[in-house]
Amino acid sequence: MNLDPILGTSIIVLPDMISAEIKNKYELVIGLEVHAQLLTKSKMYTSDSTEYGNLPNTHISVLTLGHPGTLPKVNMKAVEFAIKMGLACESDITRNNIFARKNYFYPDLPKGYQITQDKNPICVGGHVPITLPNGTKRSVALTRIHMEEDAGKSMHLAGEVDTLVDFNRAGVPLIEIVSEPDMRSSDEAYAYLVEIKKLVRYLDICDGNMEEGSLRCDANISVMLKGAAEYGKKVEVKNMNSFRNVSRAIEHEFERQIELAEQGKEIISETRTFDATTGTTASMRTKEDLNDYRYFPEPDLSPVIVSEEWLESVRAAMPPLPRELFHKFVHEYGLPEYDAGVLTDSKEIALYFEDLCAHTQNFKAASNWMMGPVKSYLNELTLHISDFPVKANSLAELISIIDEGKVSFSVASQNIYPELLKGTDKSPLEIAQELNLIQESDESSLKPIVETVLAENVGKVEEYRSGKKGLMGMFMGQVMKKSQGKADPKVATKLLTELLEN
Amino acid sequence: MKIDLNTVKKMAHLARLEFNEEGAEKMKQDMTQILDWVEQLNEVDTEGVNPITTMSSEVNVLREDVVGEHLSRERGLQNAPQKDSDYFRVPKVLE
Repeated sequence: MNLDPILGTSIIVLPDMISAEIKNKYELVIGLEVHAQLLTKSKMYTSDSTEYGNLPNTHISVLTLGHPGTLPKVNMKAVEFAIKMGLACESDITRNNIFARKNYFYPDLPKGYQITQDKNPICVGGHVPITLPNGTKRSVALTRIHMEEDAGKSMHLAGEVDTLVDFNRAGVPLIEIVSEPDMRSSDEAYAYLVEIKKLVRYLDICDGNMEEGSLRCDANISVMLKGAAEYGKKVEVKNMNSFRNVSRAIEHEFERQIELAEQGKEIISETRTFDATTGTTASMRTKEDLNDYRYFPEPDLSPVIVSEEWLESVRAAMPPLPRELFHKFVHEYGLPEYDAGVLTDSKEIALYFEDLCAHTQNFKAASNWMMGPVKSYLNELTLHISDFPVKANSLAELISIIDEGKVSFSVASQNIYPELLKGTDKSPLEIAQELNLIQESDESSLKPIVETVLAENVGKVEEYRSGKKGLMGMFMGQVMKKSQGKADPKVATKLLTELLEN
Repeated sequence: MKIDLNTVKKMAHLARLEFNEEGAEKMKQDMTQILDWVEQLNEVDTEGVNPITTMSSEVNVLREDVVGEHLSRERGLQNAPQKDSDYFRVPKVLE
């Protein structure tokens, strides 16, 4: 049982309370606002450091503290990062940018206003392609992306009469990415966030860490009867610090709002906060007494004009985007979509794979190596691909000596690959020769081994010949054992078949 | 343009200003006067004139992304009405 904070009545919030049939009458409508902290060295309008995790109130200046007579100056890199995100989302880039003051009083905002963008955000429109768990692809429309500054950090410690304020974060550059009310399920919202995180990481403009707050998400959620012409009243949910919690908050709101609608009660347009321990939301403030922010153009900053030349230089410096690499891996390299998805999950993995494919034509084998031995090594030691000791050309050579039949895959992965991981200068072929691992594919030298195996297993040979074909595997195992794993399986199978069938 | 008492009260709340009934009446008159005065600007024909947001004609006054000098914590905290050695202290705010 939860106490509804608005009505003061108790309501039960059990997810299975609303039947699937009732739920099916309604459509869920979601829009997300994502704040991404930009990876600049200095703040949005001052030269204070943006470094995280320092002693409180050490990255401050008179400007950050809002002292009178100080003047802001725009960080060029922050503008470029915002443009990059816009280009990645195929937004229109605003050429004539002005900033705006958003006025409100709060202790973490010393100036009494946030310098943001109001009527002319740097990026207008655009879309983010998403892939749902069932493989469905669609595109989520964006409203805008604008530049602004972060606020300070307030700490409300238990047993402390005051709130403590640290201004290290005040003024750190942010972009706010606002989607249209274009998502219809928590799965879509989740996939959208995954994509946004992937994009900002590919672009190197934000570390994408939601737990540490460098990526923050507010959700606007409403329900309407299916086929209705107008959206329902929207509820804004804040305070979700993981993708999963965004998903949970949406599911909870869906249920809560349907329940209200079914009971004929009004859904109030308000801001609610998510409680991760209970998985429920509670009212923070109603939109009626919402602050009137009295936006007006920031007179302390001159306009930022994005010239064609500047825009092109930012465009030229764009890294490959995940969707471009995905497309290339599927259509040029002929890989399954699953592989392409895994390989483009992070830019670094994708670029290593690209390097690998520059040295081999066997793209599927390269993909298998990446998704298998390479990933498991990195996962096991929790390493980053940049710490991976095997150079792409070396791994490519390993693939090629397998393809040439010089070593088997199992010898390559169990004997040669571990040597390469030690960070040797030797090539895979040199290692194979040194360790005497070159595969026996010469029929004349394999034949005696095969004959010995058959001679030692006369009984089994009889069984095989009377129809127990499944014994082939056992014979192969014996041949492998006797050849110390060096027998070329293709040649060995051929010889075994010949000798057994005659 | 006439300003009513409700507007005055709303503005006062937003600006975190406090005054009594008498003060509010005075404020109402002042604000009406100011708005009337500014309203004269509407007489100017601005057809085809682009709005400006600063008095300077400069554009792209930008900074390179370089970290500069910080204000020391001691100096930053110096004028705070309430503080400790690390933090600014404010009356407890809870959302």
